[in-house]
Amino acid sequence: MKTNLYFRRVAVIGAGLTLFRRRMLETPQELAWEAARKALDEAGLELKDIDCVVIGSAPDAFDGVHMKGEYLAHGSGGVRKMVSRVYVGGATGVMVPNTAWYHVASGLCEKVLAVAEEKMSPARPHPQSIFRYIWDPILEKPLNPNLIWIFAMEMHRYMHVNKITKEDIALVSVKNKKNALNNPYAQAAANITVDDVLKSEVLVWPVQLLDTSPVSDGAAAMVIVSEDVARRYTDTPVWIEGVGWTLDNTEWTGRELAYPRYLEYAARMAYKMAGVERPNKEIDVIEPYDPFDYKELHHIEGLMITKRGEAPKFLKEGVFDIDGEIPSSPSGGLLGVGNPIAAAGLMKVISIYWQLKGIAGKMQVKRPVHTGVAQAWGDLMQASTVIVMRN
Amino acid sequence: MDGTPLKEEDLKKVNTIVYKPNAKYAYSAGQAYSKFLLGLKEKKIIGRRCNKCGRVYVPPRMYCDDCFRPTDEWIEVKDEGIVETVVASFISWTRERIEKPEIVGVIRLFPSRDKDWVFPGLFHRICADFEDVKNMSLFGKKVKAVWKEERVGSINDIECFRVVE
Ligand SMILES: [Zn+2]
Repeated sequence: MKTNLYFRRVAVIGAGLTLFRRRMLETPQELAWEAARKALDEAGLELKDIDCVVIGSAPDAFDGVHMKGEYLAHGSGGVRKMVSRVYVGGATGVMVPNTAWYHVASGLCEKVLAVAEEKMSPARPHPQSIFRYIWDPILEKPLNPNLIWIFAMEMHRYMHVNKITKEDIALVSVKNKKNALNNPYAQAAANITVDDVLKSEVLVWPVQLLDTSPVSDGAAAMVIVSEDVARRYTDTPVWIEGVGWTLDNTEWTGRELAYPRYLEYAARMAYKMAGVERPNKEIDVIEPYDPFDYKELHHIEGLMITKRGEAPKFLKEGVFDIDGEIPSSPSGGLLGVGNPIAAAGLMKVISIYWQLKGIAGKMQVKRPVHTGVAQAWGDLMQASTVIVMRN
Repeated sequence: MDGTPLKEEDLKKVNTIVYKPNAKYAYSAGQAYSKFLLGLKEKKIIGRRCNKCGRVYVPPRMYCDDCFRPTDEWIEVKDEGIVETVVASFISWTRERIEKPEIVGVIRLFPSRDKDWVFPGLFHRICADFEDVKNMSLFGKKVKAVWKEERVGSINDIECFRVVE
């Protein structure tokens, strides 16, 4: 049953993506512009029609400038408009449409341009060094951590608690990189085997190179509007029916890492708003956040698509394949398409939008779809954002 | 225009801007971390307890984030605990390859129980071999802090945690 909230219905009527690649020639602003222009074109709108702009970008340090919201504003069409930047680490990409949703749902704006951009390749020698600054300066940074430590600690705990093997997990990378072969924007599409994953470079055991998504540059944008506007511009709007987001505390050392509690809370919020009571029966297609392969399984459980520890079993049975019962990451996900952090999260939302509109081309899943979910995650294993959409 | 990836040879032509900002930080450890760091100097692991919900914070915290009220008392927890998770890093923090892997993980310190949803937990090095990490035998093992001779009030006053049984 839906919640008894009063807000205007909100729809998506256009979206745009740049190629996801390492080392793009374009500047961050040019990438933002390119995605925004495409989204306006798909919607059939001009910039003058837009009331507000929402910009999503992850840490400033990636683009190498401070104040990325202001920096990206003109490329995102925000000059002399209401502009806000949202940032919840890796969860930013889905926070962008969520924020656009409340701009429109509240009645403040009719037409919002939502843009996410990340250019990770300027950092030398590797963006890994920048991640050092997300750790606690007093108790964690002196141990010289790199970001992959977090993922490895979570993955190993997940494997231990649920008795899951590296082979079970590698199947996610195999599936997503294969799905990405159908995606014209993808950077890391490939036909690989479980064996290729297990033989790849060991980074931080149990994480190996092919368990991870690549360093990427890219941008994504969406046009998000009120019901009245949507009815005027398209016969096939895709509705944003539920949004959810939560933060847990940064004290990840003091909690169970095998299960993403922060995500369950965000998902419950979004499902309640959308009236989803049985996620495993009512959701037709999902884009869970997959910067690492185990993360997709972890998130499928947090989204309550399966019970705890059971996602690998359903994966093996093909439930999450592109022609399965609940296709997961039909876009190819971050593992296959690439991971320009904030843009990657919004790319997942765009994938669901294209699926529900039926214009996903070679990526289109085989079953008819009515309800889709995209999700992102970030910071020190604490932030999660969820969006539920219907056609 | 659809995004233009640079080629490897293009990268040889770029100017790299090397810039060392003269930005230094003097972080305040606050009341809780200060006491914690001083405790390490004395080979003690200090936490804070919230008497309303019973939660023990290690590292300590002056407020309880669930009850949103001040925590009530300092307590000393054991320098022993159970390995919650452990990993072996073959890369440095700048992503350079390192030959001898660094073993790190999370230790759930005593007194705490298996079923505690939140617990006093410490992120630190674990003295063990890659094989022990790989075969997952370290999970659930009891470990104890190995203290450095010279202690200065830093998280590095603990060398690592070593398996005791
Ligand atoms: Zn409390």
